[in-house]
Amino acid sequence: MNAYNFAYLDEQTKRMIRRAILKGLAIPGYQVPFASREMPMPYGWGTGGVQVSAAILTPEDSFKVIDQGADDTTNAVSIRTFFERTAGVETTTKTSEASVIQTRHRIPEDPLIEGQILVYQVPIPEPLRFLEPRESETRKMHSLEEYGLMHVKLYEDISRHGHIATAYAYPVKVEGQYVMDPSPIPKFDNPKLGDMAAIQLFGAGREQRIYALPPYTNVVSLDFEDHPFEASKADHPCGLCGAIDSYLDEVIIDDAGGRMFVCSDTDYCENRQAAGHKGKDAA
Amino acid sequence: MQTQTLSGGFEDPAIQSAHAFRGIMEAMARPGTLQTISGATPPAPLSPAAGCVLLALCDTDTPVHLAGETDCEAVRAWLAFHTGAPTTGSTHCMFAVGTWDTLAPLSAYQIGTSEYPDRSATLIVECPALETSGATLTGPGIKDHASLSVPDVQALQSNRALFPLGLDFILTCENQLAALPRTTEVS
Ligand SMILES: [Zn+2]
Repeated sequence: MNAYNFAYLDEQTKRMIRRAILKGLAIPGYQVPFASREMPMPYGWGTGGVQVSAAILTPEDSFKVIDQGADDTTNAVSIRTFFERTAGVETTTKTSEASVIQTRHRIPEDPLIEGQILVYQVPIPEPLRFLEPRESETRKMHSLEEYGLMHVKLYEDISRHGHIATAYAYPVKVEGQYVMDPSPIPKFDNPKLGDMAAIQLFGAGREQRIYALPPYTNVVSLDFEDHPFEASKADHPCGLCGAIDSYLDEVIIDDAGGRMFVCSDTDYCENRQAAGHKGKDAA
Repeated sequence: MQTQTLSGGFEDPAIQSAHAFRGIMEAMARPGTLQTISGATPPAPLSPAAGCVLLALCDTDTPVHLAGETDCEAVRAWLAFHTGAPTTGSTHCMFAVGTWDTLAPLSAYQIGTSEYPDRSATLIVECPALETSGATLTGPGIKDHASLSVPDVQALQSNRALFPLGLDFILTCENQLAALPRTTEVS
C-alpha cells in the first residue's frame, strides 16, 4: 500500500472533490463542476464514480461494486481490487454489509439504510444534452428552470409509441428545482431515488461533474397527468429465485437459444435462493 | 515561528482527512445530526472541530476569512503552515470561520450565481454550545424533522429564501459539528 497515495488520488485532488461533494449535497440535483483527474482505467470504466469513491472512502469502509447489478463483471472486480490495494478497504458482495456501494446502471433491490453511501458512475450527467449540446445554454436552462423542451421530448414519445419510451436514464426533478439525469439506471429503479435513507453521489469523469442527493430528498420522475410515470419491468418471475418484485435480465441459457429471466441484482437473488425460494428454472 | 504553529495538524493527513471529511459529509447530508470529529489541535480561539474542517477542506485554492478573534497571529500562522490557504476578507472568501456575531453581516459573502450556485461561501460558525434541541429543521437530508441549537432563526430563513443560491453553514463546538445547508427550513 505504501507505493500509492491513500485511495490513489493526491490530497489536494481529494480536497477539491470533497468540496464539490459538499456543494452537491447542499444543492441537490445541481451539477457541480470539478477538475477530473486521469485515472489508471479508461473513461468508460466509471472514472467519475471511482474519483468520488476515492474521495469518500476511509480504511474502515466495506466496499461493494456492482455493474448492472452483478459483482463479478471485469469492471466491478477491477474497481474493487483497485480500492483494496490503494485504500486498504474490505470489500464485499453483500449489499447489507457494504458501507459504500459504487454502481453502474442499477440500484440494489434491498432498501439501503442510513450510514450507507451509493456512488453512481455517470456517463452523461446533463439531462438536457440531447436537446441542447452547448454547456453554456444548458446551464442557463437549468438556472431559469426552462424544462419545457424536456417535457415536449417525452410527450413526443407518447404520440409516437403510445407511452413514454425512455426506459433508462429517465429524467427526474429534484426538490421541485433541478431536472437531473439519474444515470442509465432502468426506470424501474427511479422510485428508489427519492426518500432514500442512504446518501447518493453521482460522478461523471469525462464530463467533470459531481451531483448528489441527500437522504430523504424529494425526487419525482417527469410525467404527465394523462400519462403518469410507470416503473416497468419484464412481466415474469425470476427463473432462479421466483422473485416477482425485482428487476430482471433476460439471459440465454443453452445453445438452442433457450432463455430465462433472472434478477439483475445477483446478491438479492442469491440471498433469496439461500432462504429457500425457488424459481421454475432453478436446478 | 512558534512551536504551536508547527503542531496541532493531522499526524496522518490522508487518513485523518478522510475521517474528518466523512464526518463533515454526514453532517451536510443530514442536517441536525451531531458528528464528533478529531485529530486537530489548533491554537485558540479555534475549536478542534473548526480546526479539523479547515485542515480537511482548505488549501491554496480556498481563500479563508478569519473573523473576529480568530484573526490573530497564532491562527494565521497555523492555517498558513498546515493548509497554505490565503486569508482574505468576507467578500472573496470560500470559507470563513468565527463566531456568529463576528461573521456578520451575511450579505457580505458570495452566495453563488444562478448558473453556478456552488460558487458560494461556506461559513464555519463557532458556537458556545451545540445541541439537538431548539429550532425545528426540515428539508433534504431530514426524515421528518430534526432539532438543532441554531444561532439565528431569522437569518437562516432569509438564507433559505435565496435557494438555489445561498450560504452553507458548518456549526462547530469543541470536537463536535453539525451542518445547515441552504436547503434546510428552520423554524
Ligand atoms: Zn432472482
